[in-house]
Amino acid sequence: MNMNMNLQTNARAEAPTKPSIGNMISVSIRISIVFIILCGLIYPLVCTGIAQLVMPAQANGSLIKDAQGTVIGSSVIGQNFKDQKYFQGRISSIDYNAASSGSNNYAPSNPDMLARTKEAAAAWVKNNPDVPLREVPIQLLTNSASGLDPQISPKSAEVQIPRISKLTGVSTEILQNLVEKHTEGRDLGIFGEPRVNVLKLNIDLQPLIK
Amino acid sequence: MNVGMDVLQIAVVIGLLLLIVKPLGTYIYHVFSNEPNKTDRIFHPVEKFIFWLTGLKNRSEMSWKRYALSLLLTNAVLTVIGFTILRIQKWLPLNPNGIDNMGTTLSFNTIISFMTNTNLQHYSGETGLSYFSQMIVIMMMMFTSAATGIVVAIAFIRGITKKGGTLGNFFTDFVKAHTRLLIPLAIVVTLVLVGLKVPQTLDSTIQAQTITGETQQIAIGPVASLESIKHLGTNGGGFFGVNSSHPFENPNPLTNVIEILSMWAIPASLTYTFGRFAKNQKQGWIVFSVMSILFVAFLSLVYISESNGNPVLNSVGADVSQGSMEGKETRFGIAQSALFTTVTTSATTGSVNNMHDTLTPLGGLVPMSLMMLNVVFGGDGVGLVNMLMYAILAVFLAGLMVGRTPEFLGRKIEPHDMKLIAIAILAHPLIILGPTAISFLTNLGSGAITNPGFHGISQVLYEYTSSAANNGSGFEGLADNTPFWNIMTGVVMFLGRYVSIIALLGVAGSLSHKKWVPETIGTFRTDNKLFAGVLLGTVILIGALTFLPVLVLGPIAEYLTLG
Repeated sequence: MNMNMNLQTNARAEAPTKPSIGNMISVSIRISIVFIILCGLIYPLVCTGIAQLVMPAQANGSLIKDAQGTVIGSSVIGQNFKDQKYFQGRISSIDYNAASSGSNNYAPSNPDMLARTKEAAAAWVKNNPDVPLREVPIQLLTNSASGLDPQISPKSAEVQIPRISKLTGVSTEILQNLVEKHTEGRDLGIFGEPRVNVLKLNIDLQPLIK
Repeated sequence: MNVGMDVLQIAVVIGLLLLIVKPLGTYIYHVFSNEPNKTDRIFHPVEKFIFWLTGLKNRSEMSWKRYALSLLLTNAVLTVIGFTILRIQKWLPLNPNGIDNMGTTLSFNTIISFMTNTNLQHYSGETGLSYFSQMIVIMMMMFTSAATGIVVAIAFIRGITKKGGTLGNFFTDFVKAHTRLLIPLAIVVTLVLVGLKVPQTLDSTIQAQTITGETQQIAIGPVASLESIKHLGTNGGGFFGVNSSHPFENPNPLTNVIEILSMWAIPASLTYTFGRFAKNQKQGWIVFSVMSILFVAFLSLVYISESNGNPVLNSVGADVSQGSMEGKETRFGIAQSALFTTVTTSATTGSVNNMHDTLTPLGGLVPMSLMMLNVVFGGDGVGLVNMLMYAILAVFLAGLMVGRTPEFLGRKIEPHDMKLIAIAILAHPLIILGPTAISFLTNLGSGAITNPGFHGISQVLYEYTSSAANNGSGFEGLADNTPFWNIMTGVVMFLGRYVSIIALLGVAGSLSHKKWVPETIGTFRTDNKLFAGVLLGTVILIGALTFLPVLVLGPIAEYLTLG
């Protein structure tokens, strides 16, 4: 009877029209269906519609096209440049195949990671006899998180200039200017790191090679 | 690396959060206080229509049992429908890349993962899910699971701050969490992200002809609409396998900041909402400051550790002034990576913009510890509730020391309440440490480890901690798409979510029945610095006692043995 005493004080809130269990089951089924349609279909489709209408370039992946309109890549997705004549990006365990994404997820103590990094360092020394290893930013010898990192730091681009100049005959001044042209500062002057988009840089570099 | 700029950009983001807390917290209060307000004019018609569609005529207040039952029923229906869709996605529309049906145990894991707001992913989005599944299962659950968490917090707050024995009506709360909070915010954030180059399309994978004559396949899809709710709802499941480190999910530092603030905003603002309900704003700020102190401490640890780099790689001889860059993206550097890692595991979102498996040992200790504590901001709703549970425990401990019946917000805390709280607190370590031990006993578990040495222990421990805390990030090297791991983590996620939700709604129900005890000079105040200290001490003490031994076996041992 203690319960009743308690209930009297708040009877107006609960007692008269308590929903039945059956009613609760029916409402939970119907509410689920409503929100599956609202959040799972209407919401993404409305967003897609607005985005495609107002900002089609961004909504379709910020693609870069050549004069004929063929897609040559996306300005935010990195690409593989095996040829030493081009600027190189980060190491990618998936070879910049953007059908998927990933890295090796090496632990900091994993011996395989050390071996791979040493290999990359040896390759650097072989391909870039003019720039000592101690000047090479560690990011050029390490795997990015996504395997699709489109950028490198300005310093990482600069240390590649002597090699590219030697292989292509393009003067170091021109290359230096190219790197500076493609250097983006921090966002709003504050956020993130200064960086150079490797694909855009190489697109400008290509006509100069030969 | 420029330490000054790093500290500045981190401080600016924290400053922006502080600017959001009061207005958003006030707004959330107005949404759920059920008093008439200005926004009713916009939202009433929509909600009326939804109430009509769902046959929700009886919107009376519910006891804690009915509230919990409605919550479980709704979550159960969503789970069944979602599971079915994953199993038959091959035959459903919007599957331009021809993706196959998902396997049974993987579907089981995935559906529990998203319904519990965990978003642990044992699949890779670009190859495992059709666009239809990405939208109708994944995005939908990112809304509904977040709304579930938020209404639990609101019901709990109501229980401990108002009289009457009821916690509100689950269904109306659930609808309003969508219509007034999550959907409007998600649409705004989606469009801003698209403007900043996050794609939003239903086209299939792009074929690019590169300038060196190769072909590049580029997976794409409705990314932005998932990205916004993934963070606002503290969900964390990525459209792509590498989550927010993928340049399409997070193309620049500005999107990174927006994603950080999106996942941080609601958990942080709920502390202010709590203050409003308690009619004592200081009470809310005390909770906020305890969370912030822990946050800054952990952030500093991961930032310093990553800046110093990995001693093994530092020995190779390159210029290591950038810090530990393996598994990180150029545009984020150390500052934006460390901040993201700390926020995503505080707010138990679980999205990642760098690979946590590759963090330096002490850097990797940070996300793990934050998920073990599970109270530093926490996921939408549940984080605040967890912290309030510790607050009640702190009052109880303080009461024991001075020999008084403990009170919290004018209610006596009695053995029945403490039993429920003890269940909620003990369940967390139990479902982390128990399954971790089981996994090491069998080859089914330990066979998934991909890194040798002490780090292997960390990989397994991280997986269960992330599941239990409903975080969802991983030391992703773990080869975890096997029936054993799918079922084990599925069960852990399920218990991690619902045991504490039910126990805590029970506490709220019990407290709401109690008589108000008038405040006297002898009352132990819970809105001053002393209490903040007691609360902080309680969290650290319980966390350290429970988890320090296993942390020594994993990350600390790795740290001590590294280079």
